[in-house]
Amino acid sequence: MESTIVKSVNYNAYFGDNHVVKDVNIDIPRNNVIAVMGPSGCGKTTFLRGINRMHELIPGATAKGKILLNTEDVMEMHPIFVRLKIGMVFQRPNPFPNLSIYDNVIAGYKLNGIKLPKAEKDKIVEHSLTRVALWKEVKDSLTKKGSFLSGGQQQRLCIARAVAMEPEVLLFDEPTSALDPISTSTVEELFHELKKNYTLIIVTHNMQQAARVSDKTAFFYMGELVEYDDTKQMFTNPKDTRTQNYITGRFS
Amino acid sequence: MATPVNNELLTRPDNTSGRVISSSKLPDEVKGTKRVRRSHRQIRTENVFRRTLIIVGLTMVVLVLGILITLIVQSTPSIKSLGAAYLWGKTWDPVRDIYGALPFLVGTILTSFLALAISIPFSFAVAIFLGEYYPKGWFPDLLKNTVELIAAVPSVIYGFWGLAVLVPIVRSFESSIGVSSIGYGIFSSSLILAVMIIPYAASLGRSMIQMVPSNLKEGAYALGATRWEVIRSVILPYTKSGLFAGVLLSLGRALGETMAVTMVIGNTSFMPKNIFSTGNTMASVIANELPEADKTVYNSALIELGLVLFLVTVVINMIGKRVISRFTN
Repeated sequence: MESTIVKSVNYNAYFGDNHVVKDVNIDIPRNNVIAVMGPSGCGKTTFLRGINRMHELIPGATAKGKILLNTEDVMEMHPIFVRLKIGMVFQRPNPFPNLSIYDNVIAGYKLNGIKLPKAEKDKIVEHSLTRVALWKEVKDSLTKKGSFLSGGQQQRLCIARAVAMEPEVLLFDEPTSALDPISTSTVEELFHELKKNYTLIIVTHNMQQAARVSDKTAFFYMGELVEYDDTKQMFTNPKDTRTQNYITGRFS
Repeated sequence: MATPVNNELLTRPDNTSGRVISSSKLPDEVKGTKRVRRSHRQIRTENVFRRTLIIVGLTMVVLVLGILITLIVQSTPSIKSLGAAYLWGKTWDPVRDIYGALPFLVGTILTSFLALAISIPFSFAVAIFLGEYYPKGWFPDLLKNTVELIAAVPSVIYGFWGLAVLVPIVRSFESSIGVSSIGYGIFSSSLILAVMIIPYAASLGRSMIQMVPSNLKEGAYALGATRWEVIRSVILPYTKSGLFAGVLLSLGRALGETMAVTMVIGNTSFMPKNIFSTGNTMASVIANELPEADKTVYNSALIELGLVLFLVTVVINMIGKRVISRFTN
């Protein structure tokens, strides 16, 4: 049995009085890809943003319960330490437009005021870009602005930026919904590589994607975690009728 | 999605294109819907209305051009008799018919830039506070309205406040640091101006900061940045041209401000020796001396100052507008 890296205990999230995530208990094993799926407004993104305390950045947003990273409760930690250990990639590629590709990769170090020797920075940049299969494509244009890249390359740059911080967990919020099919499959292939070193939690409302890339799948509906199981099990033999209705396309 | 939009197009044909379609010309598929009858008189009214708008608009343009032409025509006597030396002449002595505008150019530039330097920290702080830190709540609302009110207060009131409060304070400050303690002068004017120009850079800066895409900010937060780090590394680089444009608008305001400055600057025509000297700006010397300028060249020399001021503020405003439009597109 794999060891658990993230575990939520009775996690609840609210926007004002609106209860969007209800009593979620989930165990996420290390070095796995977890897909979180469900219809729009089911709380899956809110739950994801709760894991690295991004949820509370929105005015009026609050959360209750525990989210354990290894054994530490991230709700008790300072959000900045949480976010250094749990990286995040967003729906739309968001490289910093004023920074070069090189500087985008080490943006996390710059933002946190960490000064590194040039050689070490070079190593981090090459290593991170290699991890996201972007090094070969951009190694001759590292000084160009990140916004010159194609959408798929930008998204991989954003993954490299998260990977550069050597987090333990990577969160992806519908990482391919703004990408074309070819870029999507490149990013999906990356997930298989990345899970050797990281634990990946991917929010998607693309069921095929969930089925393709994940080891385990969580199905959210109306703020509740309805079902959480091995992906194969979930897609072939769902236990809950709501899950069954969702994956057979009866609602979306 | 497409169906309801189409229905609206069909039932309200005249509202969607801005042109009036008479019912007889409606396409076939509309025949089933309620017909609209328009008379020719209504169509004529529309034309009259449109022409009125054009005329009003043209009047504004002609008016401003007229002001520029008047300034040029009225300053011709001075341009002819004094030439370009007018701009760098250090002496302004109407009694001896010597007109050098340099003391006023220097006075204007000193007060404006000093005011800018004092106001920028405040306007940027307000812009960041309202744009990023606390966009909502009772205190941000209060702050926002107060800052906007600063722009609405008539400048004579600032002048009065300067006379009653600021000048005595500056006077005791000056005597405490051992410079000539008059109280009136460039320093006092700059302080007043600084307050008056805060809203321009602050409100433009605020709207620019609010336009920073939230996904960029979140990207930085997700890498463990603090709010200050997000502001410094994401928001400020992204908005720098917008903030610069706001500063230019503030500068344009400072250059042209007349009443408040006239009341506290001391109104002397000598070259200012330092920022505590008395002096005059282009605007204040015009306000002070134009009523008593009886000689043609004297009168014309003052108007030429107005022309210079007009051109400088136009250029600064144009650069500012250009920067803003480049930023927002």
